[in-house]
Amino acid sequence: MTTISESLRSGLWTDNPGLVQLLGLCPLLAVTGTFVNGLGLGLATLLVMVLSNALVSATRRFIRPEIRIPMYVLIISSMVTCIQLIILAWFPALGRSLGIFIALIVTNCAIVARAEIFASRNSILASMRDGLTMGAGFALLLCALGAFRELIGHGSIVARLDMLFGGEPMRGLTLVDGGFLLAILPPGAFISLALFIAGKNELDRRRQQKHSQLQRRSG
Amino acid sequence: MSGEKRGPQIWSSAIILASLAAICTALVAVTHRTAAPRIAANEQAYLEQSLAPVLAGLTYDGKLTESTMTIPVPHSLPGDAPVNVYRVFASEQPVAALFVVSARDGFTGPIKLLVGVAASGELTGVRVLEHKETPGLGDLIDSTRSDWILQFSGKSLGNPQASRWAVRRDGGDFDQLTGASITPRAVVKAIKETLLYFETHRDEVFAQDTPMADAVAEQQ
Repeated sequence: MTTISESLRSGLWTDNPGLVQLLGLCPLLAVTGTFVNGLGLGLATLLVMVLSNALVSATRRFIRPEIRIPMYVLIISSMVTCIQLIILAWFPALGRSLGIFIALIVTNCAIVARAEIFASRNSILASMRDGLTMGAGFALLLCALGAFRELIGHGSIVARLDMLFGGEPMRGLTLVDGGFLLAILPPGAFISLALFIAGKNELDRRRQQKHSQLQRRSG
Repeated sequence: MSGEKRGPQIWSSAIILASLAAICTALVAVTHRTAAPRIAANEQAYLEQSLAPVLAGLTYDGKLTESTMTIPVPHSLPGDAPVNVYRVFASEQPVAALFVVSARDGFTGPIKLLVGVAASGELTGVRVLEHKETPGLGDLIDSTRSDWILQFSGKSLGNPQASRWAVRRDGGDFDQLTGASITPRAVVKAIKETLLYFETHRDEVFAQDTPMADAVAEQQ
């Protein structure tokens, strides 16, 4: 049984679905042109992960190896459909902005991966926690990528938050007018993600070096 | 595994899968029931909200969506698909017609435009509904990105004259966009084609209970 802090550490950092496992790259790269899109899809993915993990775990007694994939697909796709309907009903502007990518959460292999690796073998509560931490790791990466690309591409921070929270259209903080166009185009998505992964690996490497130095000194 | 055991196992797998499908379908059905009225209301509101800018404050009777007409192909309007027209009436007199046309020759695919034409033939306004133009260059045709599209309000086939319906670079009267020449050209051309169509088909567009409108009603 893992503790909450271990599970958080794994979801947000050591096993981050986007940064480390490189799962679900299609939505990750496609919608992160702005922060609000990243946040919206991140939250939707997180919700799907928690719910689908809960349902997979609840039905794990009935899961047979030969029908497990159709079962996961059924559960995940119906959860995604529900969430798509909810977004279209209560957050229509966000729904229009994310478009097809809400429905494409179904194809996010990070979710099937968690169903297979974790939820089909653990209790409902633990599975929901796993969905929450893994989903949070994915959502945070989406937000960070979105904010980064928006800052460089549009020169603004947190524009159009009204799409999620309602109210008048908000332009956000505009630091520079215009920006470096490449960042919001598809190549910018790959380059930004690569920078993020490189940054994470560098941090890990430094930490490990420090760790081994300490060990050598004490040993 | 022996053949005798395999039979029942396949049956139980099928039953498990079927019951799970039933549960999931029920979940989706319940969510759909709760969400459907709101989604329909959102779509209606969005449509009226997106039509409002090209109406230029005109008053009208009833719901715009109820006076919809579809012009089937072939037609001389921009785009290859049937064109939806929202007809605006006040006291049963035609006030304006809003065409949803698509300019085929955008830089990265078709540009969907909403072109509002007053009964007199003047443009009440033009808005871009959908496009895939380059961010920062061609996407300035979008009213949320720049005021470029606003220059068309009040223009008509006589103002400027037909030969001047082009961007400045092509010897016309309309502003271009720095760094993008294909996109504005496509938009100007589509608007001009819509005005030409309206000039020759005005009575058909405003005719009540046209055979075309009946055909659409039957389809629905």
